[in-house]
Amino acid sequence: MEAPAVTRVSRLGGRSLPGAKILKEVAGRPAGLFGLALVVFLLLIVAFAPQIAPYEPSAQNITERLQGPSGRHLLGTDELGRDLLSRLLFGTRIALGVAFPAVLAALVAGLVVGMIAGYLGGRIDNALVVVMDTVQAFPAVILALALLAVLGPSLRNVIIVIAVSFAPGYARVARALVLSTKQDQFVEAERALGAGDGRIVGVHILPNIIAPLFILLAMDLPAAITVEAGLSFLGVGVQPPTPSWGVILADGFDRVRDTPWPVLSAALILMLTTLGFTMLGETLRDVVDPKLSGVRRWRRG
Amino acid sequence: MIGRYLLQRVAMTMIVVLLSMAFLGVLVHLVPGDPVKVILGPRASESLSATVRAEMDLDSSVPRQVWNFTVGALQGDLGEDFVSRLPVTTLIGEALPHTLVLAVASLGLAVLLGVPLGVYAATRPNSWFDRISRVVSVSLITLPAFVGGLLLLLLFAIRLDMLPAIGAGEFSDPVDYARHLILPTVALAATWIGYLARLVRTSMLEVLGQNYIRTSRAVGLRDRVVFYKYALKNAIIPTVAVLGVGLGNLMGGAVFVEVIFTRPGLGTLIVDSIESRNFPIVRGAILVIALLFVAANLAADFSYRLLDPRIRVRGRSA
Repeated sequence: MEAPAVTRVSRLGGRSLPGAKILKEVAGRPAGLFGLALVVFLLLIVAFAPQIAPYEPSAQNITERLQGPSGRHLLGTDELGRDLLSRLLFGTRIALGVAFPAVLAALVAGLVVGMIAGYLGGRIDNALVVVMDTVQAFPAVILALALLAVLGPSLRNVIIVIAVSFAPGYARVARALVLSTKQDQFVEAERALGAGDGRIVGVHILPNIIAPLFILLAMDLPAAITVEAGLSFLGVGVQPPTPSWGVILADGFDRVRDTPWPVLSAALILMLTTLGFTMLGETLRDVVDPKLSGVRRWRRG
Repeated sequence: MIGRYLLQRVAMTMIVVLLSMAFLGVLVHLVPGDPVKVILGPRASESLSATVRAEMDLDSSVPRQVWNFTVGALQGDLGEDFVSRLPVTTLIGEALPHTLVLAVASLGLAVLLGVPLGVYAATRPNSWFDRISRVVSVSLITLPAFVGGLLLLLLFAIRLDMLPAIGAGEFSDPVDYARHLILPTVALAATWIGYLARLVRTSMLEVLGQNYIRTSRAVGLRDRVVFYKYALKNAIIPTVAVLGVGLGNLMGGAVFVEVIFTRPGLGTLIVDSIESRNFPIVRGAILVIALLFVAANLAADFSYRLLDPRIRVRGRSA
């Protein structure tokens, strides 16, 4: 039942706007402007964290542990006397440094699998669809936990498990788009002119299906940021002392009766980040391809 | 016909269930190296290593192990806890009710708040109420369950000391159990309240734009009757379709909420067992969640098809 919706998308979704014009339209909508501003702000923090942060994120100062906000430490300190603001600022690098490669890997893997399934069809298609169904039989967080139980916790492994659990979403959309594109007259014409499978897929199908996948990538980024923070919060993701927001939340949770500041500030920056990316992603989708809203997928947990 | 579709769908589900079992059976072998070390880590004692090797039958061939796990799982045998030697199914049986109650309560709360919010907003598009509810919805959607849980814990359990912060209470004391359930339920439901509000608003607006609604209003039926009796009945159908996915999402999100509020559910069981490297429990509990997720999706899919005559007809012609 999903396929026809996606097919329609690619038909009407052929609006190839230049990048600058897309940006202008996104910024012209309140939600888009808000999301764009937040995301640009975060990217600036990612780029200039060492210059902005008042302290080294791992610098300990036991005599100043568990302090509330003050002139010396704007958001206070944690149980090892580390400056909370500095850790949160450096945390943007962990959040985006995990989420972006993870969704990009999911897109590439999903694209390859989806194109193979959609283009070749037949038994290979059936087999790949069953595999996708099986991966999606597990809620994303639960699949991530299963894989991390054998892989062990580390930043690299978090990227891997997020990529694996997000990939079937891209594979499904890529497959549906290939199925519709390969019926198009221009593809038929190419084939009649003697183009091989490689040329048809690489030169004619791929450029026509890639845009919707990048929109999905933009919309998946906040979900991936949330999953990383969540797994790190549970202690199975990024490990201390790396300043992942999930790690900061977990440390803060242990000490929440002494000081609420770590939990409050990490929660706030995480909420603003996911909100900003979501608003930007959704506006981008509405601008580039209004019909794509039919392809909303479900991120679990 | 729907009967044939039903049969195909069930058959497909069975295949996915078997493959899920096989996947969990082969899981330890997906990582290179000695599976005992994969499970227990490099510094495990000799005696524990021997126990694990014997318990998980790691000396036999990999296909044999996958077969044994799958057949065992089909017969309701998920192996034994390495430490207590209790059957994994016993531990899951103790934890599962707490998770199910939490997930169902959250889904119920989300429907109870999200649907009316969406309907009310749709009857007044672009009003102040609609605008505010849209901002609230997207904020709730992007609020991760563990962030919501931590904030609720901080405010209501620690600052205001109104509700308990730890544990689930006992089923024998329903009032106390309900008190323990409130904060976790709200934390888990938040995303879905926003989500359902948005979904219902969109589908309500779509239905309200249709001819039969215009006709009903033109012949003088009261707005209340048109909205709630005619429009809502059709607008609610897409919501039913997502409830199955919703239950699965909530089982995933329940992990965080259970850990934060120290509820002895499946999520806590999984996280604790990953920490203590008690692999059979991790594997068994994850299988049970996957089975529930698949079953919920199947149920939602069928009820969706039964509710919507247009799909029944389309299914027939296809």
